[in-house]
Amino acid sequence: MNDLKKVVIPEMPPLEREMIALRIANMLGDGSYVNLGIGIPTLVSNWIEGRDIILQAEIGMLKSGPLAEEGQEEQDLINASCQYICAMPGSSYFDSETSFAMIRGGRMDVAVLGALQVSAKGDLAGWNNPSRGLGKVGNIGGSMDLAVGARKVIVAMEHFTPGGEPKIMSECSYPLTAKACVDVIVTNYAVIDVTPRGLVLKEAIPGVTAEDIQKMTAAPLIVAPDFKEMEL
Amino acid sequence: MDKAYASVEEAIKDIFDGAVIAFAGFFSAGRPIQLTKALAKTGVKGLTIVAQQVGTGNEEILELVVNGQVKKVISNYPFPRSATKGLEHPFEQAVRQGSIQVEVYPMGTFVEKLRCAGAGLSAFYTPTGVGTVVAEGKEVRIFNGVENVMETALPVDFAFVHAWKGDREGNLVYHCTARNYNNVMAMAGKVTVAEVETLVDAGGLDPDFIHTPGIFVKRLVEVGRPKLEKASV
Repeated sequence: MNDLKKVVIPEMPPLEREMIALRIANMLGDGSYVNLGIGIPTLVSNWIEGRDIILQAEIGMLKSGPLAEEGQEEQDLINASCQYICAMPGSSYFDSETSFAMIRGGRMDVAVLGALQVSAKGDLAGWNNPSRGLGKVGNIGGSMDLAVGARKVIVAMEHFTPGGEPKIMSECSYPLTAKACVDVIVTNYAVIDVTPRGLVLKEAIPGVTAEDIQKMTAAPLIVAPDFKEMEL
Repeated sequence: MDKAYASVEEAIKDIFDGAVIAFAGFFSAGRPIQLTKALAKTGVKGLTIVAQQVGTGNEEILELVVNGQVKKVISNYPFPRSATKGLEHPFEQAVRQGSIQVEVYPMGTFVEKLRCAGAGLSAFYTPTGVGTVVAEGKEVRIFNGVENVMETALPVDFAFVHAWKGDREGNLVYHCTARNYNNVMAMAGKVTVAEVETLVDAGGLDPDFIHTPGIFVKRLVEVGRPKLEKASV
């Protein structure tokens, strides 16, 4: 399990970040309240236009709209990724204490979060990369509250680190965001559910087998009976 | 009651060395820029800064850091997002050299620590942070089968907030997502100083649409609308 750096990655090109976001957008149910983290998760917003999905921005907004067009930016209207956005019919603004009452209070149906590592038990490590050398401090933001408070946590990430190491492993080696909080992992190669029995491989991209995904993953995978090729 | 001051300098002139000061705002939205710039000119030292970020998208707090006025930072997202940019960033460099201490909390815990301070509560329990470095050395208790970590209130000597409109009684109204930390920090401040874009007389704001009631605000100054700036992480 520790020699994964040497694993030969299938020649099939992995999904672009936008396609990881699309796969996740297709998992979101109509009528849900959703919070999108920084990075790949933010891209999910590009795929839900016109759908009955309400985005929460932890800065203090419900029904956060699309990015503002050049010249139309309002400095007082931004999302948690600090991008200028638009309001929509039915949007609301509120203060930070109300925002985190929603998040911790179980009102978010789904949080889509990025990750540095995810463990076989669904532990999430996403706020502190030890290679940065800042020790026990770093940028936490809303990630710990979302990981604990959202009813469902979907991780959106690349399967490997930029250095080619697997990010799904038996135990996380980086500082945790929260224990046992992840429900689904979507990478540029696969969709994996976190279950009480362990990690269940549900989908792989075309041209990549369940065996390939196992070789690319530093934790044991159970292949789902309905394992299939990922559709977008 | 008339809490309006003629200048930002006058509104902050009693700030002392070693003060704990909360700065509201989130990147381009709702930062007390004029009050903070005035603070940099006073030369007070040994400050503890309570804020969302230090320097990235918050140049006026960075000025306090560069001036050597800051002893400690309490935050939830203090560093540049990019590790490479961080190495060149004066605040991160000061932390690495040990000249500035840092405490970080999850954003919801950071907010609730301020809310408790403003609401007369000493501590609270939250499930956020359990099993992480954030909970190290803190009491953990189980309620309804769920582990919770105890966090304490974060009172601040001064709170700097930015409002869209304010009246002379100290009632404040914010604009869009610029509301963010402004209300909770106004509540947490022993002395809350508000800069407002437009100051009106009592009666100029609809009581049904006040976001922060005047009792939480000691002083306010009219500063006009800040110039649009590029948001960056």
